[in-house]
Parts: sequence; structure tokens; C-alpha cells
Amino acid sequence: MRPLPWRAAKLVEIRQETRTARTLAFAVPGWPGHLAGQHVDVRLTAPDGYSTQRSYSLAAPEDGDRVELTVELVADGEVSPYLTEVLEVGDLVELRGPVGGWFVWRPESARPVLLVAGGSGLVPLMAMIRARRRSAGLAPFHLVYSIREPAQRLYPAELDRPDPGLRVDYLYTRATPGGYGRPPGRITRADLLTADPDADCFVCGPTGFVEAAADHLIALGHDAARIRTERFGPTGG
Amino acid sequence: MAIVSRGFQGRRREESVKLPPGQYLTYDFPVLSAGPTPRIPLDRWEFAIDTEAGQTHRWTWPELMALPAEQPTVDLHCVTKWSKLATHWRGVSLDVLMADVETTAEYALVYSYGGYTTNLPLEDLLDGKAWIAYAFEGEELEPQHGGPARLLVPHLYLWKSAKWVRGIRLLHEDWPGFWETAGYHDYGDPWREQRYQGD
Amino acid sequence: MSTENDYLDGNTLAGPLAELFAVDLTVAEGKCVSCGRNGPIADLRVYGPEPGLVARCPGCEEVILRLVRTPDAAWLDLRGVVALRVPLP
Ligand SMILES: Cc1cc2nc3c(=O)[nH]c(=O)nc-3n(C[C@H](O)[C@H](O)[C@H](O)COP(=O)(O)OP(=O)(O)OC[C@H]3O[C@@H](n4cnc5c(N)ncnc54)[C@H](O)[C@@H]3O)c2cc1C
Ligand SMILES: [Zn+2]
Repeated sequence: MRPLPWRAAKLVEIRQETRTARTLAFAVPGWPGHLAGQHVDVRLTAPDGYSTQRSYSLAAPEDGDRVELTVELVADGEVSPYLTEVLEVGDLVELRGPVGGWFVWRPESARPVLLVAGGSGLVPLMAMIRARRRSAGLAPFHLVYSIREPAQRLYPAELDRPDPGLRVDYLYTRATPGGYGRPPGRITRADLLTADPDADCFVCGPTGFVEAAADHLIALGHDAARIRTERFGPTGG
Repeated sequence: MAIVSRGFQGRRREESVKLPPGQYLTYDFPVLSAGPTPRIPLDRWEFAIDTEAGQTHRWTWPELMALPAEQPTVDLHCVTKWSKLATHWRGVSLDVLMADVETTAEYALVYSYGGYTTNLPLEDLLDGKAWIAYAFEGEELEPQHGGPARLLVPHLYLWKSAKWVRGIRLLHEDWPGFWETAGYHDYGDPWREQRYQGD
Repeated sequence: MSTENDYLDGNTLAGPLAELFAVDLTVAEGKCVSCGRNGPIADLRVYGPEPGLVARCPGCEEVILRLVRTPDAAWLDLRGVVALRVPLP
């Protein structure tokens, strides 16, 4: 009778993205489809009945019964170590979704888009990039992606491939590739200076990162009403 | 029925005969928050007891520090199912603070900096059962755990031990607080597992 | 553990609210009772999930919405919003 049921999801494929992150593809019978930017709640239940749930963004646009998540390991976490290290093809979890109609990008929009990602905050923004590519969308996209070091980049090959109308800037906070112009450091106002001041902004990542990036955008004159945020939680200290 | 995920254990849960029903043991000190952490400078801190007759008794920080302190060692039981045993506190017993307060009230509504409230019978604050605590494990109480001072009523679930305590209003009727108006139990005895309204 | 940055966006209420409502309430807009700020539920600052979800106004930090899930009920408090405009396309 509940509007949105928990659905059984069977893991059908694993892709290791980095040393600490992997993409999990689930088969979810009866999946109703979704928009880029939406998320699901994942529920895990132990044999003794203990259960807990976390939110994960949908990493890819709608594809029948197939649902993809990309999970980054949080050391000492309860759920992400299970999803990134224990779960195997054939195992079951429960999913509720898709949910969240605010942090979404619709392919029919032609407005310029600025995506600002911190770490695993790239995941829902990648769903938008993929949805744009699939729909052969004309909206110009600009991704500013902050990660600790080059080896932490999610989907590097896919983002390196030319995708007309998509511009990608990397910010490294600890270590850069050799000869990289920008010294390592957290996101600053200067990193967002070349962004279209009129763009629809989607900012996603650890809470502190989202806070900083959204503040920079507002200081640069972006309209607060056009900045949408999705905070993933604390950075763990 | 929920589907069991193979190999999922969750955080290590240790059950023990010493614990109230449904609780498990934890060794860290989880922080649950319902809002931003208030920061109260000590020179502006004050604690008040407001009686049903409209009288207010107030203490500044130096006045609280001048009162005799106790060092209770108590077990904590959080409604979110973790328990932490043998924690060491320092604070002033409510018996000391209530000594000169004239009241026939039966209930207390505890209120905090930041707007939090919680209710309990007045007798649960008396006879050595409750403290205004300002030190934890030998250190001054950190803001995230309720510093500069929090109520400590360890025989009830921990949400009754209001962080950032600012005062206690004495009332003839039970006046439900922040969590009590949203489904949590008015009394909250962990040993009777009174988590939610109706338990 | 961080204490200043431990809130999420109202977006994360979408799942828990979907247990109660067939429409997505996170896109509904309302006015804060305390400071008059207008905005969608998705923009609120959410603390929790335990012992309950508490959504506060990003302008004045007052409580807008609370949601507690007990084993056999959901308690929903919308005390801090004047009215919600729910888009029904
Ligand atoms: C709407 C939404 C969408 C999300 N989408 C994704 C996604 O696509 N991919 C993804 O990997 N995660 C995503 N997250 C984060 C995810 O829900 C979990 O918070 C994360 O996986 C950590 O869970 P855990 O059980 O492993 O850690 P917990 O046991 O919850 O926490 C363990 C410790 O890690 C800290 N911590 C908690 N969350 C984080 C974090 N995000 N980063 C660093 N430290 C943290 C805590 O403070 C704690 O000290 C999303 C969160 C939200 C709200
Ligand atoms: Zn407000």
C-alpha cells in the first residue's frame, strides 16, 4: 500500500573504478525509470534482523531494469566497505527509489550547465553528462571536478574522450599530474571564474566542499536560485 | 520481510546481560545532532530554574563552579540503541540547585541553548539521580557533547540528558519536549524499553 | 567527527517522505514561519537521520519539518512552514 516500495536488487556486474571506488550494476525488476541526478536509498539487513540504510546517486541514465551506483569507500564506514569490498555478483540488497525531483537535469533543457563535483560527488553529475551525451543535447556543460590526486579520478577514460560541448577542469587538492598548471589545493573562487555566470549550477560532494563551492558561486554573482546542491555528508575529519 | 544481504553484519554489535533490552555496547561516543552546535561564551552562560509560581533562580558560570561538585560514574543508554558503560562525569547535583527552590510542581521541562527541550517528572531530577555536568572523562565537556554544561539523567534514555542546558521550568502538567512531541516516549526508561509513545 | 558540517540537503528527505506521500514533497515550495524565506523542501538543512530527521531553514536555522519513523508509524511535523505549494503537473 506504500507509495514507494523497497525492491529487491540483484548485483549483476562490478566495475572497479579506482582503488577505492567501484560501480555496481543491479537488476531491479519493475524499475520505473529515473532522471539524471536522482538517488536511491539502499537498505542492508543482517541475518539477526539489524538493518541500516544509506543514499546513493544513480550513476547512469535510465536503462530498463538496470540500475548503476558508484560507491566510494569511506574508511571505518558501516555500509560503503560492504558495498565496495564484500558484495559479489548474485548478492541481493534492497533499493527504494528513484527519489529526489529537485537535484535533476532534464535533457530537454538547453540552458548552460555548470557541474561542480568534490570526490564521489561526481556520481549524480556523471549521470547528467551521460544523459546529455545520450540525448545528443545541445546544452553546454562545464564540469569542475575536485579530487585528492589523479589516481582518484572516477571514470577517467570516459571523461578524457572528446564529448563536444563538454568542458572538464580538474582541481587536485593533494597531488597533481606532472606539469599541471594549478598547484594542489582546495577549490577557490578563481577556479570558478571562467564559469558561465548564467549557468544552472549543480554542486555535489562532501558537505564542507559543497558549502565552500556554493559560497564561491554566490560571491561570483551566480543567482542563488539557480544553484542546486547535494551534500553527501561530512568528510570524516 | 526484509531481504537479508549475504555477508552484511553492520557495525559490530555486542550484546551483554548488563544492558537494557535491545541495546548494544559501544566504546566510542556517537554524536547525534538535531541542529547546529550552539557555542555559548562562559561570560554569557547562565542556568535558571523557573518555578510554577513565576520565580526564577539563576546561576552564572562562576556561581555554578562555586557549588559543591560530584563525580558520578554512570552508564549511558541512547534510544538509537547504543549503550556506553562506566562514563565519568563531574557536575553539580540537581539536589544542590533545587535546595532553595520552593515548588509543588510534579513535572519539569528542560530547555537548552539552541531551542531543544525535553520533559520528565521532577522526582527523576532529585535524590542523586541528576546533575548539571560540565566535565567528561576529566576534560571540560566539548560543545558536540553538550558543553559548556548538559543535564545528566542517566537512568533515562540519553535524549532526556539535554545538551547545552539553559534552564528547567517546573510545571504542574507534563509538557512534551522536542522529541516527545514527535513520537518519542514521555518517560523513556531504557529498562522498560520505553522508546516511543505507547511503549 | 565533524560537528559544523553534519547536515545534508532536503533532497535526502525524498526517500523517507515517499513512504508517506505519492508526490515528491521535496520539490514543494513553502515559506518559513520564522523568517519568511521562500524555498523548496530540497533546500533545507537536514540533521539526523537518528533519532529523527530534522529539517531547518537555511536562512534562520529554525525547525521547518521533523520526521520520526517508529516501528509502526511515521510522525511528521510541518510546524515551520506557512503553506506548501506542491506542483502537480
Ligand atoms: C543524496 C545522497 C547521495 C549520495 N550518493 C553517493 C554516491 O553516489 N556515492 C557514494 O559513494 N556516496 C554517496 N553518498 C554518501 C553515502 O550515503 C554514505 O554516507 C557513504 O557511503 C558513507 O556511508 P558509510 O556507512 O560507509 O559510513 P558511516 O558509517 O555512515 O560513517 C563513517 C564515518 O565516515 C564519515 N562519513 C560519513 N559520510 C561520509 C562521506 N560521504 N565521505 C567521507 N566521510 C564520511 C562519518 O562522519 C563517520 O565518521 C550520498 C549521500 C547522500 C545524502
Ligand atoms: Zn527561516
